[in-house]
Amino acid sequence: MIWNENAECMSRDKMRELQGIRLKRTVEKVYQNCVPYRQQMTEKGITPNDIKSIEDIAKLPFTSKKDLRDNYPFGLLCCQMSNVVRIHASSGTTGKPIVVGYTRNDLNIWNEVGARCFSAYGINRNDTVQVSYGYGLFTGGLGAHSAVETFGGTVIPISSGNTEKQIMLMHDLKTTALACTPSYALYLAEALEQSPYNRKEFKLKTGVFGAEPWTEGMRKELEDKLQIKAYDIYGLTEIIGPGVGHECRCQNGTHICEDHFYPEIVDPETGNPLPEGQTGELVFSTITKSGMPLLRFRTRDLTKLNYKKCDCGRTSVRMEKILGRCDDMLIIRGVNVFPSQIETVICEIPELEPHYLITVDRETNNLDTFEVKVEVKENHYCDEMGKMLELKKHIAHKLQNVLGILPNLKLVEPKSIQRSQGKAKRVVDNRKLK
Amino acid sequence: MLIKQLSIFLENKKGRFNEITETLGKENINMTAFTVSENSDFGILRLIVSKPENALKLLKKNNYAVNVTNVICVQMPNTPGALAKIMNVINKAEISIEYMYAFSTGKTALCIIRPDNPEKTAEILQENKIVLLTENELFDI
Repeated sequence: MIWNENAECMSRDKMRELQGIRLKRTVEKVYQNCVPYRQQMTEKGITPNDIKSIEDIAKLPFTSKKDLRDNYPFGLLCCQMSNVVRIHASSGTTGKPIVVGYTRNDLNIWNEVGARCFSAYGINRNDTVQVSYGYGLFTGGLGAHSAVETFGGTVIPISSGNTEKQIMLMHDLKTTALACTPSYALYLAEALEQSPYNRKEFKLKTGVFGAEPWTEGMRKELEDKLQIKAYDIYGLTEIIGPGVGHECRCQNGTHICEDHFYPEIVDPETGNPLPEGQTGELVFSTITKSGMPLLRFRTRDLTKLNYKKCDCGRTSVRMEKILGRCDDMLIIRGVNVFPSQIETVICEIPELEPHYLITVDRETNNLDTFEVKVEVKENHYCDEMGKMLELKKHIAHKLQNVLGILPNLKLVEPKSIQRSQGKAKRVVDNRKLK
Repeated sequence: MLIKQLSIFLENKKGRFNEITETLGKENINMTAFTVSENSDFGILRLIVSKPENALKLLKKNNYAVNVTNVICVQMPNTPGALAKIMNVINKAEISIEYMYAFSTGKTALCIIRPDNPEKTAEILQENKIVLLTENELFDI
């Protein structure tokens, strides 16, 4: 179902016109209300009068995560604190988090785009949605929660963790849709296999997975294991949270709610806009928010955009599955490696569980070591050493073919790779790089 | 005549074998024979135990990668040339052996053999009057 046909199926020309009007309004707002933005624009020698249409967006300065940290906590706020009704923060790993203030209007926008997402997955007011994203500063839990309330579905606000209870309630309350990170879904799938329940006793049919990049291989794995349809929900705290984009029944790209969040693809090195269809860094401008609007925010996510009309009827631009964050890219012995490439290979090998851990280190002779740990499925462990070694060699070579570098592959015992209840940690980089 | 052997995949980690022996010991499961095949990363522990079904369940519950393989156990006098006689039969029948391990118990010696086709091998050996032990006979030693 399409939640807001007017917005989601608008002609490309009308959409660009609308985006232009909204961008202009946003630029005026930040220029008047936000000192750091005004300073940056002044340095570039532009004023709001230079922004006449959406094409003029390239004239504007970028905003980076660093700008958000430098102006911690509320330096980029464009409204009075009295208008802020909620605060969320990004799940940063080091130092101070990135803090975002939401006005009532921002929450309304979030509910609207959230409802679009769930509607696109075929979830409606008759569904019971188990929200197993963490609740709190993280946008996942509350974002999915309010979205479901907006279209009138039933929410089970269980948050993450407490896996046995998750399965019990999923069974007893007849959950039809599960919203969580793909890595936690995988963990739940394993726990479900070991639970006393039979899959037939569950009503689960849809998965709403996001908050970390996942591959097509992982989708297949999750759809097979949980016997559901699995859809991507995309978002980032800085922009609004889950709901910036969503897949539809076609599972052929993530539609972006571009009447609120304008996407661009730029060269991650130079910042120059790239032509349609080229892979580069995704950049977002919020064009309707009032609390903390961001202009040309560098997401560090790598993807490409497709403006063709989708078979689902939506005209909104679609992005490909995210290849990874620029920051996730590992440079090992000079070769660029994305964890998502490793995931793709591992999910294609029938003997393997979809869990892995990458460890990179640097020896005293300055040579990088690159280890990949994988778990063999229990019924594929073999009594014969020769066959096990052959399997190991086969996996290592498949990885080498895709990555261009041969990993030190380690077969490990079942369930020995740590399972995640939130965002999975799949890379350990012990190199002391500057 | 076939004997159930448990094979366990073990990472090359300190204390792993210790854990297994403790796990089995606590449940009163006795080990009759074992061997380890290893490389630098991992090993395969092959075990013959009393109550193999219980041991299998117990190890699986403890998240070990374990599976069951059928092997045969031949008994021979603990004298020079006794094994050669058996190998001769196996060789003539063109049976290939994946692996084997042996131990002596004084006057007799026992050899666990994993051939490519255990059923057929057991038949051929019995036709040639070679003594095969049953599971119960083996556990009584």
